[in-house]
Amino acid sequence: MAYLQGSFPIIQKQQFNSDTYSFYIRCPEMAAQTVPGQFVNLKIPGFSLRRPISVCQRDDEVLRLVFQIRGEGTKELAALEPGMKADLLGPLGNGFPQLPPKAKVILAGGGIGVPPLLALAQVYGRNATALLGFRNKESLILEGEFAAECDTRVATDDGSFGYHGFVTGLLERRLSEGPADMIFACGPLAMLKGIADIAEKNQIPCKVSVEERMACGIGACLVCACRTVRDGKEIYSHVCTDGPVFDSREVVL
Amino acid sequence: MNLEVKIAGVTFKNPIILASGCCGFGQEYDKFYPMEALGGLSLKGLTPNERQGNPPPRVAETPSGMLNSVGLQNPGIDAFLERELPNLAGRDTVKIANAAGATVEEYAYMAQRLDASPIDMIEANISCPNVKQGGAAFGTDCSMAAQVVTAMRKNTTKPLMVKLSPNVTDIVSIAKSVEDAGADAISLINTLLGMRIDISTRRPVLHQNVGGLSGPAVFPIALRMVWQVAGAVKIPVVGLGGIAKWQDVIEMMIAGAKAVQIGAALFGDPFTPVKILEGIQQWMEQKGISDINDIIGSVQPY
Repeated sequence: MAYLQGSFPIIQKQQFNSDTYSFYIRCPEMAAQTVPGQFVNLKIPGFSLRRPISVCQRDDEVLRLVFQIRGEGTKELAALEPGMKADLLGPLGNGFPQLPPKAKVILAGGGIGVPPLLALAQVYGRNATALLGFRNKESLILEGEFAAECDTRVATDDGSFGYHGFVTGLLERRLSEGPADMIFACGPLAMLKGIADIAEKNQIPCKVSVEERMACGIGACLVCACRTVRDGKEIYSHVCTDGPVFDSREVVL
Repeated sequence: MNLEVKIAGVTFKNPIILASGCCGFGQEYDKFYPMEALGGLSLKGLTPNERQGNPPPRVAETPSGMLNSVGLQNPGIDAFLERELPNLAGRDTVKIANAAGATVEEYAYMAQRLDASPIDMIEANISCPNVKQGGAAFGTDCSMAAQVVTAMRKNTTKPLMVKLSPNVTDIVSIAKSVEDAGADAISLINTLLGMRIDISTRRPVLHQNVGGLSGPAVFPIALRMVWQVAGAVKIPVVGLGGIAKWQDVIEMMIAGAKAVQIGAALFGDPFTPVKILEGIQQWMEQKGISDINDIIGSVQPY
C-alpha cells in the first residue's frame, strides 16, 4: 500500500480541557484506508519533525485526531483552526488486530491513551467493556462517547470521578465478572505493564499501543526504537512500522 | 538539458542522492515515488555484525533541525547482502553501501565483502558520532582516517567515497589525508555533535545524552566545509548537511559539490528530492544553463 501525504482541511475543532483537543480532518482517500490503531504523522509549520498522532475515529471521509499539548510542537498544532489545513502523512503503523464483532473485548485506556480505543468501541459495541483512567475529573475525555457505544467504566487517580484508583483495579473487577477474548490497551507505560501482567495471569491475549519519539514514520530512519523480544532474543523494533500495536508478551514494558 | 554527473567513474542520472541513515535500504521512499527518480541512494550504515543501536529516545527537535542518536542499528553485512540488496536488483539508480566498523580490520573486512557484491559504490563512514568504538574516532584524526582508507583500498576496486565528520578543527587536512590514502571521492558533512535538555526533568532529551545535529541549521557549516574541501582536493566532493530546497543544492554545487545528498528534509516532506529536481530544472531553463556540470565550483570568492 502506498503512503499518502497532503494538506487537508480541518473541518471541526473541539477543546476538551486546558490541554486536550479534537480535530476532524477531511481526507477521504486516507480516511478510507485507515484502520483502528493506526496513526498519522502531522507536520507543524516551523518544526522539523512531524508529530505522530493516533487516529481516534474514522469514516470514509474524515479522520478524527485527539491530542494533548505536550510541548512546543503540539502547542502550535492546537492553535490551528477550522478552515486551516493540516499536512498529514498516513495511514501509518499496523493497527489493532481485528476479531469477529461478537468477540468480548476489553478496552483499557489511560489519559491521552484513551482516544485510539474509541474506534474499537464502535466496532465491538456492547461486546466491549471500556475501562478508562484519568488523573481527575477535570482531565476526563470522551467518556460520554464511549458510553454511547459500549459498557464504560471510569477510574480517577484521586477519586474525583468514578472508581477511586487505577485502570488495573477496574480490569480485575471486570475479569471477576467473566472472561474476555482480548484486551486492547493504550496509555502510560506503568499502566500498560500493569494491564499486561493481569492479562498474563488470566491467560488473555493482550495488545498494547505504545509511543516513542519519532521522525520519518515509515521505517526509514529507525529512531522510534522499542524493546521487544523475538525468538527469545531482545531487539529494538520500531514503533512506526512494527507497531504502534504490539503483543504484550512481545514488547518489554 | 543535462543533469548527469560522474563521480569516480560512476554515472548518476542527476546529482540528487538520498543520505545514509535517512532512507533505510531504499524501499520506504519508493512507496512515494520510484527510486529511479533519484541519482542514487546511500543506504543505511552497515557493520560486520548486526547492531541493535542505542536505547530510545533517539531523536529530538532542535531549532531548524534535529538530533539523532540511532547508533548504527543495522542487520549486519550478511543479512544486507542476502535479504536487502537483492530487492534493489534491476533498479535504475546508483546504489551506495555505507560501511562502518569498530576497528581498521573491520573496515577492511567490509570493503572485502562489498567488493564481491553488486553494489555500485562504497561510502566509508568514518564519521558516525553515535557509536562508542570506531565511527567518528577515525574521522577526527588524519592518520587514523588514512589507515582506514588504506586498508579498505587494498580490499576493493569499487569506487570508494569517504564520508567526513565536521567535528574537527581542520576539515581540509582530513580530506587531504583520505585523498592521499586512495579515496576516490569525499562526502561531507556527517552530523554535528549536539545536545538538548528537558528543563522540567533536567534530563537530556536523548538517552545517549548527545547526538548528531542535522537539518537546515547546519547548512551554512556544511557549505563552508564543502567549499574548503573542494578547493583543496582533486577528487570529487559530494555535499550534504541541511539541504532542504533546490536553492540549497545550487549553492552546494556552486561551492564545488559534484552531487548532493538529502537526509533530514525527507522527514518533513518525503517529496523533497522530487521538488528539488523540478526546481533545479526550472532554474536551469530560466538561466539558460544546459549542463549542470557548468555550475560546479563556479563560486566567485572575494
